[in-house]
Amino acid sequence: MANVADAAQAPGQTQAQPPARASVRTLFAQTEIDLRLFGMLVALAVILLTFNVLSDGKLIQPTNMVTMAVQAAGIAIIATGMVLVIVSRNIDLSVGSLVGLIAMSYALLMTDWFPRVFGIGPDVPFQWVLALALGIGIGAGFGAIQGFIIAYVGVPSFIVTLGGLLSIRGLVWYQSQGAAVVGLDPTFQLFGGGALGSVGELITYLLAALGAIAIVALLYNSRRQRRRYGFPVRPMWAEVLLGVLGCLAVLGLAWFANNNFWPQGLANQYAQDRGITPPPGGLQIPAGFPFPIVLLIGVTLVMSFIANRRRFGRYVYAYGGNPDAAELAGINTKWTILKTYVLMGILCALAAAIAAARLNGATLDIGASYELYVIAAAVVGGTSFAGGIGTIPGAVLGAFVMQSLAYGLSFLGVNSPGKNVVAGLVLILAVGLDTLNRRRGS
Amino acid sequence: MAVAERVPVVEMRNIDVAFGGVHAVRDVSMDLHAGEVIGLVGGNGAGKSTLMRVLSGAHPSDGGQILIDGKVVSIKNPRDAKAHNLETIYQTLALADNISAPGNLFLGREKTTRLGSLDDSSMESETRKIMGRLNPNFKNFAQPVKSLSGGQRQAVAIARAVYFNARILIMDEPTAALGPAETAQVRQLVRQLKEEGIGIFLISHDIHDVFDLSDRISVMYHGRVVDTMAKADVTPDDVLGMIILGKKPGEVTEEEKEAIELRG
Repeated sequence: MANVADAAQAPGQTQAQPPARASVRTLFAQTEIDLRLFGMLVALAVILLTFNVLSDGKLIQPTNMVTMAVQAAGIAIIATGMVLVIVSRNIDLSVGSLVGLIAMSYALLMTDWFPRVFGIGPDVPFQWVLALALGIGIGAGFGAIQGFIIAYVGVPSFIVTLGGLLSIRGLVWYQSQGAAVVGLDPTFQLFGGGALGSVGELITYLLAALGAIAIVALLYNSRRQRRRYGFPVRPMWAEVLLGVLGCLAVLGLAWFANNNFWPQGLANQYAQDRGITPPPGGLQIPAGFPFPIVLLIGVTLVMSFIANRRRFGRYVYAYGGNPDAAELAGINTKWTILKTYVLMGILCALAAAIAAARLNGATLDIGASYELYVIAAAVVGGTSFAGGIGTIPGAVLGAFVMQSLAYGLSFLGVNSPGKNVVAGLVLILAVGLDTLNRRRGS
Repeated sequence: MAVAERVPVVEMRNIDVAFGGVHAVRDVSMDLHAGEVIGLVGGNGAGKSTLMRVLSGAHPSDGGQILIDGKVVSIKNPRDAKAHNLETIYQTLALADNISAPGNLFLGREKTTRLGSLDDSSMESETRKIMGRLNPNFKNFAQPVKSLSGGQRQAVAIARAVYFNARILIMDEPTAALGPAETAQVRQLVRQLKEEGIGIFLISHDIHDVFDLSDRISVMYHGRVVDTMAKADVTPDDVLGMIILGKKPGEVTEEEKEAIELRG
């Protein structure tokens, strides 16, 4: 790590050196790509390709990949918040129960409370907005209560959220008296993805084009800004490489998602309703990005922005690096910690929307053991329990790595207990490699 | 002395601090004028650092008053102290190791854009300027401060105190972890800041540092101030005796003097 760190600050100087002397390593450093993130992308690719070979090339197909991504979305969304919680030297074990409570609330709101208590019938539009807003309120409220006890009363977060895990899951039973609740608002169900819950071909390409433009604009703006202050900048070839790779990745994903077509039955139904005569092979309707993935992308961008570009994020990392230093610098550390839990509650509400929509309702154990997968995703993604270290994109990639393993194994017919064995071992392996890597670096 | 007629920039009156039943600071009064350096000395556990932590808002006092420019102020936390342009360089440096030098320099007082986002370019630019003055060899603005040398880390901690127009500066063992060249640099800086009219409390174990830089010297012993004297009125041996025995030079017996010489 030390060599990399030295090389990473050198682009301004190495520019003048003859290119013949630049090794692969310094060339790589000049692009300023995060090595850890790059390593995880490689790991994800290796896992998928391995399972693809083992399954005779059946795994890597748009339908499978989209399904896998949707399954990872909820975990990944909460993991972006778990990064900030773990970075600030805390933990949140209550996320699974909170997802359960909020998912059950969504189900009850739309099947019972809205029509019976508030007189809002199923024909009233935008009730999904109202339900989501209430869910976010519930999440933020429980987050604030737990955060207050942790930050201001000083009870260890492990204890507070362990209590939350038990008692909030208990509340789910009282919500429905033990019954599963089915039947959500049709618009709300779009949160779950699937053929109807996807944005379609055109919007997928539009989103990708927007993303590509944003990548180029960010690179350009950052370079201009650094030039303005006279700071060293990346060599031009590295900027171009990053821009091209970024745009290709975004557009490639869009193309891939658009190769996932509606199921034939649904497409035929659609054709019949519109009076279209399907072509001989059947109507091929590209689904594009599913809504939960669009939501995940949005959450990742917003959370990265909060973590890197807002004071709150800076304070979370400073507290994690050195709690005393943060306090002595005049940071309101208690308020900062409380806010991390409020944020967790809000993210749980979003993940609960996906979980409930996928089930078209809620069961008593919806969201159960999410906390374990979320923590695993954050940790595999490079978040350190020592505090102060961890990235949002890393946690999202971590969620995808874990999900790709689970999905790949079930594709090969491995059962649930078998998947757990592998997931647990991989978790230990990932953190073990990371620990060795850090030790060698320091 | 001419300084004594002016209103002190800081005055502490009858400060008390107790940890459970232990009195770390007892009834301590002290004042500091603009452009003055007070050397604060004493053995381990004498209460110097605790007294300064009270002044910088890091620890609450159990009694007494703090006056700034002659007015009673309430310093409950580090934010309050900074609002009075009272800056502290802690012995531990109080740096967040995982954050870059500009991030640490502006920690808690970040520069933001109009929309409230961190303006990292502007902060880096300001950091480059001030480090250019304090430590021209400093080049590492992007990496976490963990990867810096002791002297560079010290420079970041000092820059943080100096950048925000300190009027009162507390330096807790600023040279303890430094090599000879860096120590000389810090001494030079103390003189320069004093010239600029900043009042400085200098905690140090190094009697030479204290005699070199201070105008007055306060000796603490078991939570009390033994005495505060103008540098010209005492010798290093007197001060050493006060640190070890907790008595003024006139009160020391012959046997005690011998004991010190044996130890020295």
